[in-house]
Amino acid sequence: MTMTELFLLFISSIFVHNILLSRFLGCCPFMGVSSKLKTAQGMGAAVVFVIVLASLMTWLTYNYLLVPLHLEYLYTLSFILVIAALVQFVELALKKLNPTLYKSLGIFLPLITTNCAVLGVAVLNMNEGYGLAASLVNALGSSLGFLLAISLMAGIRERIEENEGMPAALKGLPMALITAGLMSIAFMGFTGIIK
Amino acid sequence: MSQNNFRIITNGILSDNPTFVQCIGLCPTLAVTTSVANGLGMGIAATFVLIASNAVISLLRKIVPDEVRIPIFIVVIAGFVTVIEFLMKGFAPELNKSLGIFIPLIVVNCIILARAEAFASKNGVFASILDGVGMGLGFTIALMFLGSIREILGAGTWFGNPVVSFEPAMLIVLAPGGFIVLGCCMAAFKAIQARAAKMKGLGATPAEAKTGCGCCAMAKFCGKNELEKSECEAK
Repeated sequence: MTMTELFLLFISSIFVHNILLSRFLGCCPFMGVSSKLKTAQGMGAAVVFVIVLASLMTWLTYNYLLVPLHLEYLYTLSFILVIAALVQFVELALKKLNPTLYKSLGIFLPLITTNCAVLGVAVLNMNEGYGLAASLVNALGSSLGFLLAISLMAGIRERIEENEGMPAALKGLPMALITAGLMSIAFMGFTGIIK
Repeated sequence: MSQNNFRIITNGILSDNPTFVQCIGLCPTLAVTTSVANGLGMGIAATFVLIASNAVISLLRKIVPDEVRIPIFIVVIAGFVTVIEFLMKGFAPELNKSLGIFIPLIVVNCIILARAEAFASKNGVFASILDGVGMGLGFTIALMFLGSIREILGAGTWFGNPVVSFEPAMLIVLAPGGFIVLGCCMAAFKAIQARAAKMKGLGATPAEAKTGCGCCAMAKFCGKNELEKSECEAK
């Protein structure tokens, strides 16, 4: 892939195919951890970190282990194991090497193993047949899109909380879902920027 | 069938419905309900994985050491997901294409891991299978319900047959529609619950129903509890 194509892939994975608002991957933390801006940003940063690392590892696993052994059909099983082991390893390494970073990101790491965004991006990279560079660019773009969407969502939810006139039935999750729908409409506006 | 077994099944469909009450497994719920047929297909696939993995995990519950049970559960679930992927590719290639990436993602669907942890690892094989049937049916019904609404309003059809005379709103089938329809359905479900509680004389406002990650059986492993604790301390 040329530089221009990589750049277009990067922009489209952040805005046009936003991982939360148009691909529906990683909705659980999007709804569960988005009530405070600060925690939402911590979660987003941890997701960026893990998705980029996991894409690298799953790409290597697929192309240097599964393809030579003709075991491509085992990708689900091997990807989830690689991701789970990677998250554990990152947690241990961070604890030892960088306690400050561990304090701000560590708490989110176990949450990420069963986050479908991580496995989702790995499977997407495989389905699209991306090379290593394209996989990493797609992973970085998608996870930055996650960070962007969850931060925007948390900012909006902090304000919604102050609204006292809201019907009881809409409080909490239902209103968050409707807000996400409106954000998704706004993000649809980006569709035109890349052909 | 005894009363108790019957209750295990109805629990999954009504009082513990994974989508409307527990609010878990949101990603596939939002993504595949663009039509009833897709919802039904996804529901059947998830139900198969739920029943099979519940049965196997229940059989293994006495031999698996406590410390490594979660990775073992994940391996069992991933195995059955691979099986269903093969079956779908062979027998329903069209459906497999439209569900796409969400078939392998059944592995990380929290409904399945949560039932393994909360039910199958503590109960016998027969009860675990029934639990899988109940939860799977509850999930399938919720998916078909949302799929019906979105297909009728957004495409004007039901299982592909035209049913309405008005101009359908495309938006409902697109991504934003998924969020908005689920939000409205959840609000309606909550309002009905509140009204029912009022009629029974349980006071004006029912106890805040547990929703989202908080009530998920995996909460204590996935770190959400620690997160809330740290938030409290920060205050």
